[in-house]
Amino acid sequence: MQQLVDQLLQEGYFQGLPKDAIYAGSMILAAFVVLSFFVAPLAGITSWLERRVWARIQSRVGPNRVGPQGILQWLADGIKNLLKEDIIPAAADKWLFAFAPYVVFVGFLATFVVIPFGSQLIVADLNIGIFYLLAVTSLVVVGILMAGWASNNKWSLLGGMRSAAQIVSYEIPAGLAVLTVIFVAGTMSMQGIIKAQGWAPWDWLLFYNPFTFVAFFLYFTAALAEGNRTPFDIPEAESELVAGYVTEYSGMRFLFFFFAEWGNLYVIGAIATTLFLGGWQVPPVTDNPVLLGILQFVVFFLKAYLWVFVAMWVRGTLPRVRVDQLMSLCWKYMVPLSFICLLGTAAWMVVFPKGNRVASIGMFLIGLVILGLFFKRVNFQIRHARPELYFKPYI
Amino acid sequence: MSEAVHAESEAFHTEDMTISMGPQHPSTHGVLRFIVKTDGEVMREAIPDVGYLHRSIEKIGEKVTWHGYVPYTDRADYLAAMFTNQGFCMAAEKLGGVEVARRGEFCRVIACELNRIASHLISVGTFGQDIGAVTPFLHALRERETINNLMEEICGARLTYNYIRIGGVGYDITPETCGRITQFLDHFESIVDEYNRLLSYNKIFVERLANVATITKEDAFQYNIVGPNLRACGFKWDIRRDIPYSVYPELEFDIPVGTGEKGTLGDSYDRYIVRIREMEESCKILRQCLQMMPKGPAIAKVARKFKPPVGEVYVRVESSRGDMGFYVVSDGSEYAYRVRIRTGSFTAMSLIDKISRGLMVADLIALIASLDVDAPEIDR
Repeated sequence: MQQLVDQLLQEGYFQGLPKDAIYAGSMILAAFVVLSFFVAPLAGITSWLERRVWARIQSRVGPNRVGPQGILQWLADGIKNLLKEDIIPAAADKWLFAFAPYVVFVGFLATFVVIPFGSQLIVADLNIGIFYLLAVTSLVVVGILMAGWASNNKWSLLGGMRSAAQIVSYEIPAGLAVLTVIFVAGTMSMQGIIKAQGWAPWDWLLFYNPFTFVAFFLYFTAALAEGNRTPFDIPEAESELVAGYVTEYSGMRFLFFFFAEWGNLYVIGAIATTLFLGGWQVPPVTDNPVLLGILQFVVFFLKAYLWVFVAMWVRGTLPRVRVDQLMSLCWKYMVPLSFICLLGTAAWMVVFPKGNRVASIGMFLIGLVILGLFFKRVNFQIRHARPELYFKPYI
Repeated sequence: MSEAVHAESEAFHTEDMTISMGPQHPSTHGVLRFIVKTDGEVMREAIPDVGYLHRSIEKIGEKVTWHGYVPYTDRADYLAAMFTNQGFCMAAEKLGGVEVARRGEFCRVIACELNRIASHLISVGTFGQDIGAVTPFLHALRERETINNLMEEICGARLTYNYIRIGGVGYDITPETCGRITQFLDHFESIVDEYNRLLSYNKIFVERLANVATITKEDAFQYNIVGPNLRACGFKWDIRRDIPYSVYPELEFDIPVGTGEKGTLGDSYDRYIVRIREMEESCKILRQCLQMMPKGPAIAKVARKFKPPVGEVYVRVESSRGDMGFYVVSDGSEYAYRVRIRTGSFTAMSLIDKISRGLMVADLIALIASLDVDAPEIDR
């Protein structure tokens, strides 16, 4: 981004304007483009896809009216919510109530700065990339707590408190799992972490050693909890807390929370892909930089979206845990296990400073076996599902 | 010094939060209201506030004719309307000395057991939904839809049937419908296994329910808990077996009781699994009935102006929510002198205050779901 502006400046564009203003302007322009042409459709289409996938799991049809197969449903919902009355309860803390959705939204949007969609396609490759990411996602909890408190509603308050406890707790196993990767990669830059991996699965940090393998699942579970996803969706548990912290929200402010939730789903997948699954690494098939860029983007996008799909699948299958069970899962099992992963990786790096290729390939094979067992189980369930399965992808 | 501390502790104090849960809460199964006092997430007390769905069904019984009251009984428990039909009709028959047509009895049992499956499907499905798994609910409703279609074939209605009449049933069950019921049973018996794989043995689900809101046998007796909730406490009591009515003595079926397999005896999980097993037993009963059904009329001849002699009766039927009693007094006129309905949900509500103390808010939802209380049945 900066190189492009520098190049334009050298070629004599924008004469007479202060340099800082041009940089700032270009940043705002880039943010606007990313926001409207990538993030908004991404979150929207994720919401549509989730509703479709979920509907299929529940033997329903799902939204299929707006646009082909209902793919524009999110646009219709967005317009509808924009036109709705923005109700602020009389007893609410007006400023905090109105401000809370934006805090959540900013916390989620700021993550897109460091997500590497390709070797060139990144807004800013900060040298503390992953650290920045953990920091800005913490902003979401501030917004949720604000929403819960400002609504002046007891259900909202309970939801906000639950969310604060949950997100703060689950940041620890998530952070420790990320730390194992930082140990191996030796850098906190997102591009640096991807460059420490290769395109082949056995070069991924997921299969680096048994500890990173476990750390991946710890990260994914903790990230689901941080993103308020089932089975950890207790802050907005609709059967218990009506709608949790969003109980009093309506219209666009309500939508902002869900915009952030669905967008966050992709961010979870993107971080998992960057850290453990080789990011945008592709086999050296072409020298054309444009083609290579597109290929990298597609590979990264699909890898990240796979985890979005897994999260949807999990949501369609599992019940919700209770608050105390959620906390005991985190503090009694996940935090100690992530510490073991961290120490184990550290010990591994002392023993094998350059990594162990045999172990990596062995882990890869173990991974394949686990995947095979998983699909065998899925196949068993499908064969024993008595209702006729409907494989047709569209109705 | 100590005084200062004392003064400060008085100035800075905490108090329990009072939450009004309902009547518009998503998981109170209709319009229940609980006044919940909580200390954070832990409940101090949960007082049920009933009466939001009161429709004076018992009073209406004194104002309409004996035949005319049957459709009103549907509304007393719209998830299991067959049993209320049957309860009132049995009371009227006992008063009037009407002999029910034998084929009619079998039709009644078939309709009732189908209704029991439908009602338990709702119970099990909403149970999953209250715990946070939405998928089982829709899968359960899918099967219930088939039952609704069968009911529509049998009696023309899908929810409030008005099928059972004094002296028999309104419409005979045709052989085609019998074939469809068999088809449904073949399909459904393995579906129960699917629910077990999806929900019953799910680790999270078991953890949420095992050892939660345990009802001891003594509590169950004291508070007059009936039906599946009582059987979940390990006590084998079923009106169909112990105070037999209709053709149930001729049928072979088990009475599933709670075993405390995942936690303690009488916990929420037992109440859930008893319902799952009752659905299997209902399938068994249905198959037997379809085979044993005799030929003949489905309804006995009953005077249109039905005037039972003076007297009072109390009949009990095993509804899907347990022992449902009809106390009916006749003064020999065209109208009943008094109709009183005793339902399982109402007594179950009285227990909630006792066992909910010290539970989490989320557990209260599980408790309500596990008792399978049904707002129209509580208030009538």
